[in-house]
Amino acid sequence: MWVYLAVIIVAAIILYVIYVFNRLITLRARVNNAWAQIDTQLRRRYDLIPNLVEAVKGYMGYERKVLNEVTKARAAMAGATSPGEKSRANDMLTGALKSLFAVSERYPDLKASKNFMMLQEELAGTENKIAYSRQFYNDSVLGYNAYTQSFPARIFASPFRFEMSRDFFKTVGEAREPVKVKF
Amino acid sequence: MPIYERIESNTRKTYLLIGIFCLLIVAIGWIIGQITGLGIFITAIALIFAIAINIFSWYKSDKIAIRLTGAKPAKREDYLYYYNTVEGLSIAAGLPMPKLYVIEDQTINAFATGRDPEHSAIAVTTGALEKLKRLELEGVLSHELSHIKNKDILIATIVIALVGVVVFLCNITWRMLFFGGLRGRRGKGGGIILLLGLVLIVLAPLFAYIIKFAISRKREFLADADGALLTRYPAGLADALEKIKNENVQLKTANSATAHLFFANPFKKGDWFSNLFSTHPPLDARVKALREM
Repeated sequence: MWVYLAVIIVAAIILYVIYVFNRLITLRARVNNAWAQIDTQLRRRYDLIPNLVEAVKGYMGYERKVLNEVTKARAAMAGATSPGEKSRANDMLTGALKSLFAVSERYPDLKASKNFMMLQEELAGTENKIAYSRQFYNDSVLGYNAYTQSFPARIFASPFRFEMSRDFFKTVGEAREPVKVKF
Repeated sequence: MPIYERIESNTRKTYLLIGIFCLLIVAIGWIIGQITGLGIFITAIALIFAIAINIFSWYKSDKIAIRLTGAKPAKREDYLYYYNTVEGLSIAAGLPMPKLYVIEDQTINAFATGRDPEHSAIAVTTGALEKLKRLELEGVLSHELSHIKNKDILIATIVIALVGVVVFLCNITWRMLFFGGLRGRRGKGGGIILLLGLVLIVLAPLFAYIIKFAISRKREFLADADGALLTRYPAGLADALEKIKNENVQLKTANSATAHLFFANPFKKGDWFSNLFSTHPPLDARVKALREM
């Protein structure tokens, strides 16, 4: 009788540990996937920029400074490897694009061109997707951290070599400061 | 009520209502058992029938809904803005990209369908694409994506199947009471059971419909809250709903077969009694809930 009971209890514990382990794997995979999503969107924007510069050049060739900013930010993006660098390069690119689109307001011909309009929509859409993929990443991290730190999962997390917590994607520098409008 | 609590409360209430529904079926099964001695057998047959009938409409839900509403596939080149918005929101929700459709109509409305996220589709009216601002459209589409995420098509199918079970059981009992005679069967119960049975079979189908509509309304509230969590901007959805409220036109293809699908009730009505039999909560209640998030 007691033997059976002991066997059942041990089996239940083993099954539970397997469940916790698989849950940890799923949640970690979700965080990694969410991180890859951000990268995909950053890459997409990176690829769109040469087209934009090409489309804009003919109309606003005099606006050297703005165009240079964009190209420089794109190059910084290519060089960035760590999440922190990427985040910084991304904010720089966002800023450079913002000023490019602001300047483009002065060129009615450019604004009316179908190609430019499409690129603008694509870039605005990508910008949104970057924000959403960050949000998804942070939601996934929240789910992961909440699970690894909750009882009894937290007993197993470190023996199984899972980190107790993952970092959230934070915006750095410029993006956190309030926007200054100059006239 | 804050957003997370609202999501939990609506999820809880859905389960509660489905639980009440199951109790109703058990009660009818018990009454039938008292009258005929075959309660479990007949209830099981009713369940199997209801599931068999509804499994097809659930499996083909996307095709059926698209055909009934006359929605056309949206091309990416023509609806870049629509595509970009849904792509962004699916990333935020962690869902695969649904197929996109448009309905040629001047009203503002939308629906989501499909048996699971991998076979899901979203349709919006051209009126919604034209009249709504980006944040408002995002609100509407996040509501639709939440329906997909919450598997509301599956829930609606289950509820419709349960209504079917109740109606079937009540019909059978009705027939037995009148044509089968009572004394010939293994009638165990006396007059009280008979009276109870009579009242139940008259009222149960009505009850079943009231619960069905209540569940539908809870799912709408839930999709509003989940949608708001997705965009982190409940005001966008609230503004869209207010725009719909101020419209005076009715969707051309509106009919009661597809009303439950849509973002907002395609019929315009108002008093509490019609609200009891409405697939959607009143617009004012939805706007109020969103403004409080």
